[in-house]
Amino acid sequence: MSTAVLDVRGLAFAYPDGHQALFGVDLHVHRGERVALLGPNGAGKTTLVLHLNGILEAGAGAVAISGLPVTRENHLEIRRRVGIVFQDPDDQLFMPTVRDDVAFGPANLGLRGDDLNTRVEAALSAVGMQDLADRAPHHLSFGQRRRVAIATVLAMEPEILVLDEPSSNLDPASRRELGELIETLDVTVLMVTHDLPFALQLCERAVVLSGGIVAADRPTRDVLEDAELLRTHRLELPWGFTG
Amino acid sequence: MGAGLGIHLHVEGESVVHKLPAHAKLVGLVTFVLLVVALPRDAHSARAALLLVAGAVVVSTRVPLRHVVSRLVVEVPFVVFALVLPFVATGPAMRLGPFTVSRDGVEASIALLLTATTSVLMAVAFATTTSSRDLVRALQHLRLPDRLVQILAFMVRYLGVVGSQAQRMKVARDSRAFRARSLGSWPVIASSAGALFIRSYERGERVHLAMMSRGYTGRMPVTDPLSATGRDWAVAHVPAVLALAALTAVYAA
Repeated sequence: MSTAVLDVRGLAFAYPDGHQALFGVDLHVHRGERVALLGPNGAGKTTLVLHLNGILEAGAGAVAISGLPVTRENHLEIRRRVGIVFQDPDDQLFMPTVRDDVAFGPANLGLRGDDLNTRVEAALSAVGMQDLADRAPHHLSFGQRRRVAIATVLAMEPEILVLDEPSSNLDPASRRELGELIETLDVTVLMVTHDLPFALQLCERAVVLSGGIVAADRPTRDVLEDAELLRTHRLELPWGFTG
Repeated sequence: MGAGLGIHLHVEGESVVHKLPAHAKLVGLVTFVLLVVALPRDAHSARAALLLVAGAVVVSTRVPLRHVVSRLVVEVPFVVFALVLPFVATGPAMRLGPFTVSRDGVEASIALLLTATTSVLMAVAFATTTSSRDLVRALQHLRLPDRLVQILAFMVRYLGVVGSQAQRMKVARDSRAFRARSLGSWPVIASSAGALFIRSYERGERVHLAMMSRGYTGRMPVTDPLSATGRDWAVAHVPAVLALAALTAVYAA
């Protein structure tokens, strides 16, 4: 099999205050896959995500992105390869205009002039936001801000897109539109979510993280049909979906 | 919602002043104000002339007058001080209607009023024609320490976010029948302020994470550098040149 885009082996991590969040996580994601990362609050999902681009450094074990180990020397290239879209778009969009914000990442990679503009235009049109390039982020609706947040990361042409709770706080129509958007993107996706129907719609495979270990790694439909597994790990389908 | 105070200052437009590059305008503004302040105290006619110059610049921005006048409110403390000055200053006395006032005080009062009005008018002309984004770019271009520019840029971006958070906390407080009436309600307001501070601090940490995740290395990248032609610089400095002429004339006389 080809080199995994995301290769996590035996990853363990304890916070400086002694709280251990991860106890040996193994996770492999291959090119073109869309994988849902499920788990109750406090399961270590965010901690795992912050290891993928080297914000947190592994206590034990290793993370590699397309074969490149996540180490301090490789940070810039790793951060290009791994695009994390955080949950609150207000945290992600910090520049005065949408265009500046989308340009921030590629500019940090050294792009300027026409190359930069091409990237920015391509990323904005991939999320259908090209007409709002000169608006200020705080003048956009929440759904628009989430799309722009995705564009800021797409502009870095990542090998894997990591979405943290992409459907949270969206109205049903925006949630559906975001789902359609994610389906059109030609990129490997790891999606952290509590929204199980959304995971089923978009991801063929689901990984359940619970208590700092991988409790299940199976096709999403299998996971959602395993009532025992869901109950053990405090995962629930919304009312009306079971039976 | 507090959608950012800076936004209300800026008025879109197509005037000459709007089109000047922000950094040239800013240097022109600061030079002009420094020269106005440097005028000797009794040079009232020179000051009045420069007030007209500032007025002319404001008119040339074609920003609605009402908007400009409402911005002049920042001058009020100076006006109050200028009105009090004749009564509290010492030195030879003179009669002004029914009052006996200090001659030096009146002189200083006129000088203060003219200087303050001129400077504020000019600053308003700058603020109404320059977007907050361009102001940040101008300061970056003028090599202001990067950290200060970043603090300013983040303030512009997050003032509205923090403001609406404060507003939501107020609504939540009021929804539980809180009424700020007596001294006894101060601890509640203080702890709200504390909570707001902590939330902002945590947001700061999350924003930093998001920046690091996109390859931030400590400097904001300049993606769209400002540029000004010789003509831009010349136009931006017309008021300053007039002020210099006034200053020279006063000292020559």
